[in-house]
Amino acid sequence: MTTLPTSTEKKLGLVIDLDTCVGCHACVVSCKGWNTENYGAPLSDQDPYGAAPKGTFLNRVHSYEIQPERGSAAQLIHFPKSCLHCEDAPCVTVCPTGASYKRVEDGIVLVNESDCIGCGLCAWACPYGAREMDQAEGVMKKCTLCVDRIYNENLPEEDRQPACVRTCPAGARHFGDLGDPDSAVSKLVAERGGMDLMPEQGTKPVNKYLPPRPKDEIEEIDILAPFLAPVAEEPKGFLGWLDKTLERL
Amino acid sequence: MHPARSIILFTTLSGLGFGLLVWLGIDAQAPTGWVGFIFFVIAYALAGGGLMASTFHLGHPERAIKAFSQWRSSWLSREGIAAVATLIVMGIYGFFLVVFGLQISLLGWIGAALALVTVYTTSMIYAQLKTVPRWNTPLTSALFICFALAGGALLSGRVLFSVNLLVIAAIIQVIWWQQGDNRFSEAGSTLASATGLGQIGQVRAFEPPHTGTNYLMDEFMHVVGRKHALKLRGIALILMVGVPILCLLLPFNHLFALLAVVSHLIGVYVSRWLFFAEAEHVVGLYYGKR
Amino acid sequence: MSIQQPDLNLSPPVSDEVRKTTCYMCACRCGINVHMKNGKVAYIEGNKDHPVNRGVLCAKGSAGIMQHNAPSRLRSPLKRVGPRGSGEFEEISWEEALEIATGWMKPLRETGPEKLAFFTGRDQSQSFTSFWAQNFGTPNYAAHGGFCSVNMATAGIYTMGGAFWEFGQPDWDHTKLFMLFGVAEDHDSNPIKMGIGKIKARGARVIGVNPIRTGYNAVADDWVGITPGTDGLFILALVHELMKAGKIDLDYLARYTNAPVLVNAAEGPEKGLFLRDSDGKPLVVDRATGKLTAFDAPGVRPSLTATHDADGVTHHTVMHLMAQRYLDPAYAPEAVAERCGIPAEKIRQIASEIARVAFDEAFELDQPWTDFRGERHEKMIGRPVSFHSMRGVSAHSNGFQTCRALHVLQILLGTVEVPGGFRFKPPYPKPQSAHPKPHGKVTCGKPLDGPHLGFVHGPDDLLVEADGSARRIDKAFTWENPMSAHGLMHMVISNAHAGDPYKIDTLFLYMANMSWNSSMNTRGVMDMLTDTDENGDYVIPRIIYSDAYSSEMVAYADLVLPDTTYLERHDCISLLDRPICEADAAADAIRWPVVAPDRNVRGFQSVLCDLGARLDLPGFVNEDGTQKYADYADYIVNHQRKPGIGPLAGWRDADGTAIGRGDVNTDQLNRYIENGGFSISHIPDEALYYKPWNTAYQDWAVGMGLYDAPQPYLFQLYVEPMRKFQLAAEGHGDRQPPEHLRQRVKETLDPLPIWYPPIEDGHVDLDAYPVHALTQRPMAMYHSWGSQNAWLRQIHGRNPLYVPTKIWEANGFAEGDWAKVSSTHGEIIVPVAHMAALNENTVWTWNAIGKRKGAWALDTDAPEATKGFLLNHLIHELLPPKGDGLRWSNSDPITGQAAWFDLRVKIEKTGPPTEAQPGFDPIKSPVGQGPDNLTWSSKT
Ligand SMILES: Nc1nc2c(c(=O)[nH]1)N[C@H]1C(S)=C(S)[C@@H](COP(=O)(O)OP(=O)(O)OC[C@H]3O[C@@H](n4cnc5c(=O)[nH]c(N)nc54)[C@H](O)[C@@H]3O)O[C@H]1N2
Ligand SMILES: Nc1nc2c(c(=O)[nH]1)N[C@H]1C(S)=C(S)[C@@H](COP(=O)(O)OP(=O)(O)OC[C@H]3O[C@@H](n4cnc5c(=O)[nH]c(N)nc54)[C@H](O)[C@@H]3O)O[C@H]1N2
Ligand code: SF4
Ligand code: SF4
Ligand code: SF4
Ligand code: SF4
Ligand code: SF4
Ligand SMILES: [Mo]
Repeated sequence: MTTLPTSTEKKLGLVIDLDTCVGCHACVVSCKGWNTENYGAPLSDQDPYGAAPKGTFLNRVHSYEIQPERGSAAQLIHFPKSCLHCEDAPCVTVCPTGASYKRVEDGIVLVNESDCIGCGLCAWACPYGAREMDQAEGVMKKCTLCVDRIYNENLPEEDRQPACVRTCPAGARHFGDLGDPDSAVSKLVAERGGMDLMPEQGTKPVNKYLPPRPKDEIEEIDILAPFLAPVAEEPKGFLGWLDKTLERL
Repeated sequence: MHPARSIILFTTLSGLGFGLLVWLGIDAQAPTGWVGFIFFVIAYALAGGGLMASTFHLGHPERAIKAFSQWRSSWLSREGIAAVATLIVMGIYGFFLVVFGLQISLLGWIGAALALVTVYTTSMIYAQLKTVPRWNTPLTSALFICFALAGGALLSGRVLFSVNLLVIAAIIQVIWWQQGDNRFSEAGSTLASATGLGQIGQVRAFEPPHTGTNYLMDEFMHVVGRKHALKLRGIALILMVGVPILCLLLPFNHLFALLAVVSHLIGVYVSRWLFFAEAEHVVGLYYGKR
Repeated sequence: MSIQQPDLNLSPPVSDEVRKTTCYMCACRCGINVHMKNGKVAYIEGNKDHPVNRGVLCAKGSAGIMQHNAPSRLRSPLKRVGPRGSGEFEEISWEEALEIATGWMKPLRETGPEKLAFFTGRDQSQSFTSFWAQNFGTPNYAAHGGFCSVNMATAGIYTMGGAFWEFGQPDWDHTKLFMLFGVAEDHDSNPIKMGIGKIKARGARVIGVNPIRTGYNAVADDWVGITPGTDGLFILALVHELMKAGKIDLDYLARYTNAPVLVNAAEGPEKGLFLRDSDGKPLVVDRATGKLTAFDAPGVRPSLTATHDADGVTHHTVMHLMAQRYLDPAYAPEAVAERCGIPAEKIRQIASEIARVAFDEAFELDQPWTDFRGERHEKMIGRPVSFHSMRGVSAHSNGFQTCRALHVLQILLGTVEVPGGFRFKPPYPKPQSAHPKPHGKVTCGKPLDGPHLGFVHGPDDLLVEADGSARRIDKAFTWENPMSAHGLMHMVISNAHAGDPYKIDTLFLYMANMSWNSSMNTRGVMDMLTDTDENGDYVIPRIIYSDAYSSEMVAYADLVLPDTTYLERHDCISLLDRPICEADAAADAIRWPVVAPDRNVRGFQSVLCDLGARLDLPGFVNEDGTQKYADYADYIVNHQRKPGIGPLAGWRDADGTAIGRGDVNTDQLNRYIENGGFSISHIPDEALYYKPWNTAYQDWAVGMGLYDAPQPYLFQLYVEPMRKFQLAAEGHGDRQPPEHLRQRVKETLDPLPIWYPPIEDGHVDLDAYPVHALTQRPMAMYHSWGSQNAWLRQIHGRNPLYVPTKIWEANGFAEGDWAKVSSTHGEIIVPVAHMAALNENTVWTWNAIGKRKGAWALDTDAPEATKGFLLNHLIHELLPPKGDGLRWSNSDPITGQAAWFDLRVKIEKTGPPTEAQPGFDPIKSPVGQGPDNLTWSSKT
C-alpha cells in the first residue's frame, strides 16, 4: 500500500559529512557494483563505450563552489546525494501501483520491482533526484539503503552496513538509526548541526548532512601572538641565543 | 521537464475525449443511432487513444493493471480508475443510446461527472507535484478542466458554449502562464536550500556528478526550445482559441468546423508541449540547470 | 489503515566464495575481497584486515570488475602487419612471439647489450624486471620514476633516508596540524583519505597548499592558493620566521641531524666538506668536553654552535651555515609574498600556527627507548605537526630543492619520526649511503656489473665515458642530471631517435603509454616512433611492448605481448621493491589468479622467465641450461636475492615459521592466500618512533632482513654529495662538468636548500605566456586506463580546461566556450569551464582523460577523443632554444625529473571547433569495439 506508515519503528538513514567528503566517487561506484549484482535488476548502462554513455546510478557526487560572504577565497564542496528516505516521502504516495513503499520496520523507502510499471511519477515527485529509471529494465531504481546488506546474515556482523558507507575512504558517510536520539549518528547530527536538504519541500528527510566547518580562519590569527617573537634581530644574535638556550637544555 | 510526446498526446487527446463525453452525458438530446455512434467513437478514440499513448512511456505496460490499486494516495491510480469507470458507465450509456436509442439520463450524468473527475485527476497528477512549482497550483486543474470542456463543446458542435469556454480557458491559460513564470522563485527552493550551503555564501553548481548525461538530466532538465516559449505561447493561443472562435463565428460550414477542431487540437498540443518544456523541476537546482 | 509490504529476503546469499587478493587499479595496492558467483567475479570490496585500506576501497578499486571485463583487453600476441601507428596486426601464437623476441634480442646480448633498452613504466615488479635487465647486461633499464616523482624520492632519501610518497606517512592518530603541499591524489590514495578522515573526525587542522582547491585541498581548513613553482620560497620563508623566533627543536637537531657537524670554511677543494675522522665519520664538538668527536660516539652531546680550527682551517657547524643563510631578509615573508602569491601576513600566520602546535601542543608517550649512542629516553616526545607532499612540488624543475626545503622544515621542527609527526614505513628509514650506487658497465654476453639505479656520492659515481658522453640512453647520472636515481624514461624515445648518445636496436617497453599520456610532446613522440631513415627503415628499428589493453601505445609496437588482468595472475608486492608497509609494521602482499584468463594471454613476468631462459640469462637458467623458473609464481617462491632473503618475507622456511629471513617455503603462496593475500609483522612498541636512531628498531630491521647490520645515521640538513658536484663545477677534481653546465651545477646543486625559478621561466617570454598550466589526477581515474571502464568513464568522460575568474572575465568566456591555449611549443583548442577556487594565474585540467580515436575499444566519436584533450601536446621534453646552440632538457637539473608543471601558456577565446585540437587519425582497434548496452551481472 503506498500510503505512508504513520510512524516507523526505526529511522535508518545516512549522515553525510560535507566537511570531510573529498569527492572521490568511491561510494558512487561501490553502490553501482553492489546494486548491479544484488537487489533487483542490474543497473544497466547504455552506449557504455560510445559517444554518450549513460547509466543508472543510485548515488552521485555533485560539486559546488561557494563564494563566502566575508570575502575569503572561494570554496569547493563535494556533495554526495542518494535517496534521503524521507519521512513524508512524496515518491511513495504518488506511486499508482504500490511498488514504492516505505518500510514500517526501519523507514527504508524501496521499490518492489515486480510491481513497478515504470511510469516515472515517483521520480517526478522526488525533489532530490534520488530515483532513476533503468533504461534496460524499465523499472524505477533507487537507493535501497542496502537493505540486502544491513540485516544480511550471510555477511559478517561488521559488514552489515551499506556498501557506500563501508567503502568511503574518508569516513564521510555514517549509517544508523536517526530515530534514536542516543545513536551515534543522532549525536553526530546534534553536535555538528546536521541539516535537511530543501526543508521547504516538506519531505522530512531522514538522511542528514553535516555542514562544512568554517574555513580559512587562519587568516584571523593574531600574528602579534608570542609564537613568532624574534629571538634577536641579528643573525649573530641568533647564534648567541642558540648558545644560551642550549646551555639550559 | 522533458516534453515526452506520449504524455503530451495523452493529456491532449484524453482531455478532449473526456470533455466530449461530459457533453454527451449531459446532453438532453444526446445523439443516437449512427450519429451517436460516431460521436462516441470519436470520444472513445480520443480518451482511449490518450490512455493508450500514456502507456507508451511505461517501462512495463503489461503490468498496467496494478496501477488501479493505490487510489487511496495516488492521483495516477485514481485517474486510471476514474477513466475506466467513466468509460464503462459512458459505454453502457452510449450502448443504449446507439443501439436502442434509449437515453438513460442518470447514467449520462454520472458518466459526465466521472469524466470531469477523470480530467480533474489527470490534472492533479501534475498539480500535486511540489517539485514542479509551475504546475503546483489549483489553476492547473482549472486549466485542464476548462480546456476539456471547451474542446468537448467544440467537438460536439456547441458554438455558444465553445466560444465562452474558449475565452475563459484562454484567460486561465494566460494567468497560469503569468503566475507560472514566478512560481519557481515564489516556491522558495534555491541552490542554497537544496544544498544547505547558503549559510556560507553564494553557491554555484561547479561540476555535475558525471560528465555524461543521465535519466534525471534527460527527464527533468529540458532547456532547449524554451527560448521560443513566448512565440509558442502566442501560437498556442491563436490555434487553440483564436482560430476556433473565428471559425465558429463565421457561418457554419463543415470545413470550418473541422478546421476549428484541428486547430484547437494542435493549439492544445502546443500548449501542453509548453506545459512540460517550460516546467522546471527543483532537481535541476542540483545541476545548476532548470 | 494497515500497510502491506512485500516480504523481503533480508539475507540473500552474497556470493559462492570470497577470494582475497590485491587491487591493481593504481599503485596503492589495497587488499580486496573478490566475491565469486557462478564462477564469475561478482563484486569487489575492500579487505577489512588489510593494512593498507582496512576495508575501504576507492572508485577505481570498486570498478575493478569493469576493468577485468573490459572489451579492450588484448586477446593474443600480435605481430604488426600495417605501418607503425596504424593498429594493423595479425594474431600469432606465443611460440612465434617468443621466438621473434628471442631472435631480436639474442644477437644484441652477444654484440652490444646496450642496444636493448628495457623500460617498464608503471611496473610493480621492479626488483624482478631490473634483475632480468641486469642479467641481460644492458645498462638501459629504468621504470617510470624519472617522469613521475624522482625529486620526491631522491630528496627524501638524501635528506632523511626516506621520502613522503608511499615510503612514509604522517602519524595520523596523533597529528594536530597537517600541511599538504601539491597533492591531488597520490600513490597512497586510500591511506591519505583515511588519514584526513581521522584528522577531521578529531577536529584537527588541515592546511592545503595548492594552486587548485579540489579534493583534499577542498576539505582543507585553510587553503594556500600558491603560485606554481614557488613552494620552495614559501617554505624557506616559514623556515626564516621559525628560526628567527627560535621555534626550532634544538635538542632534536643536535642529536639526530647533521646540524652540529663541522663544515670546512676555507676556500679550496675541501670547502664545504665535512670534517671527518680517519674512519670517515663526520665530526662534531661535544658540548660537555668541548672536544672533537665522532657524531655517534657513546654519550656525546653535539654542539650546534661550535667553531673548530684545525690546521688553520675554520669549521662551522651546519646550523651556523643555516642561520647565516635563512635569517637573511631575502627569505622574509615580505620578500617572497608577491612571487608566491601569498600575503606576507598569511605566511606569518601559518608560521605562527605551526610554532604553536609544534611546541605548545607537544605531548609525551609513555614509552622508553634507547638511542644509538646508548642513551635511554623515558618518553617519546610528540610534536603534532606533519607534512606531506607530492608531485605539485616534485614535478617542477626546482622540485628537488623544494622537496629538500620541506624536509629541512620538518626536521627543524623535530617532527620526523616522532609521535604526531612524519613516520617512515619499512624498509625505510634507509640512508642514502646504504643504497647501491648506479652501475653501467657493459660486457657482451654477460650481466651488468651491478644494479642499474642508485644513489651517487659524488662525481666519481657518474655514468659517463672518458669523453664525457653518457653511458645510458636516457643520460641518467650525467652532468645534466647527476642525481637521477630513477633514470629518465621520458628521454628514451627522443634520445634513441636522435641516436644521442648512441643508436639502439630494440626498445622493449612494459606498461607505459609512451605514445600518448606518459610522454611530453606527444605528437613529436609519435613521429619519432614512425620516423624512417634514408633506407626506409624505422629509426628505432624494433619495438616490443607488453600491455594488457588496447592502448594508444600498442599501435606503435612491432610485437605485442598481451598481459593478463590483475585478477588473472601472480604478482608480488615485495619488501625488495615498493611494499605495502605501514609505519608500525612491515607488510608485503601478492596477487594470485582468482580467475583463469579466458584469452590467449600470459602474465608478463612469467613471459620474462621464459624469455630469460631462451636467452640463457644466468639468473634464469639452471646449471644444465634448462629454464629455472617455470613462471613468476615459481620465481616468487624460489628466488633468493641473498641467502634467506626472497621476494616475500612471510612464512619462510619449510615449515613457514620464519619471517623476513629464512629458507624457501614451497607452500608460501598458499599461506599468503589463506591469510588474505598479505603478510604483516608488527614493529615492537619501543621501536615505533625514532627509527633511524632507535636501537630496538635497528635490531628488528636486521632481524627482518631489511639490512644486514644496524645502521643508525643523521638526517642530512646539509647534503655533502651535492657539495662535491659543486666543487667539481668550481674547478676542483678530475671529473668536471662540461663548460655549458658548469654554472648551472654550481647554482643548483647547493648542499643547503635553495629556491630558483622554474627553469622554463628563463626560456620563455613571460609577458607572452603569463599563465601557469597544470594537470591533476582525478580520484576516480587511473591515468589512461580508466576510460575503458564503462562505469568510470561516465564520471570523467571529458576534461574541460578550468579557468580562474580573472582570466575567465578578461576573455569574456561563457559556459560552453572553447579556447586556444598555446605554449612556445604548440597549441591546443579545448573547451573551457569557470572555477573560482583557483590561483588567479593558473589553469588546469584532469590528467590523461583525452584519448586517441580507436584506442581502448571505444567508439571513434567517444567524448574522450572529441572533447577530451591532453595538455602534453604543449609540453616539450626539451626547453625552447636559448640561442646558445644547446638543447636544454625540460627536467630538474639535479635529478632529471620531468618538469610537467613548469608549463607556461597563453589563452585566447576561439569559435567552437568540430572537436578538440589537435585531432589525430583513428587507429585501427585490434580488439574491435565494446557493446552498445551493458546489463552486467554474474548471472548473465
Ligand atoms: N600532462 C601530464 N602528463 C603526465 C603526468 C602529469 O602529471 N601531467 N604524469 C606523469 C606521471 S607521474 C606518470 S606515472 C605517467 C603515467 O603514464 P603511464 O605510465 O603511461 O600510465 P598509464 O596510462 O597508466 O599507462 C600504462 C599502460 O599500462 C597498461 N596496463 C594497465 N594494466 C596493465 C597490466 O596489468 N599489464 C600490462 N602489461 N599493462 C597494463 C595500460 O593499458 C597503459 O597502456 O604519466 C605522466 N604524464
Ligand atoms: N586516482 C589516481 N591516483 C593516482 C594516479 C592516477 O592517475 N589516478 N596516478 C598515480 C601516480 S603515477 C602518481 S605520480 C601520483 C601523483 O599524485 P599527485 O602528487 O597527487 O599528482 P597530481 O595529480 O599530478 O597532483 C599534483 C598536485 O599538485 C598541484 N600543484 C601543481 N603545481 C604546484 C605547485 O607549484 N605548488 C603546489 N603546492 N602545488 C602544485 C596540482 O594542483 C595538483 O593538485 O598519483 C598516483 N595515484
Ligand atoms: S566515498 Fe566518501 S569521500 Fe568519497 S565521495 Fe563518497 S562520501 Fe565523499
Ligand atoms: S529522497 Fe526522494 S526518493 Fe527518497 S524518499 Fe525522499 S522523495 Fe522519495
Ligand atoms: S515508476 Fe514504479 S515505483 Fe515509480 S511511481 Fe511508477 S510504478 Fe511506482
Ligand atoms: S545505501 Fe546502498 S543503495 Fe544506498 S547509496 Fe549507499 S550503497 Fe547505494
Ligand atoms: S587506491 Fe583504489 S585503485 Fe588504488 S589500489 Fe586502492 S582501491 Fe585499488
Ligand atoms: Mo606517476
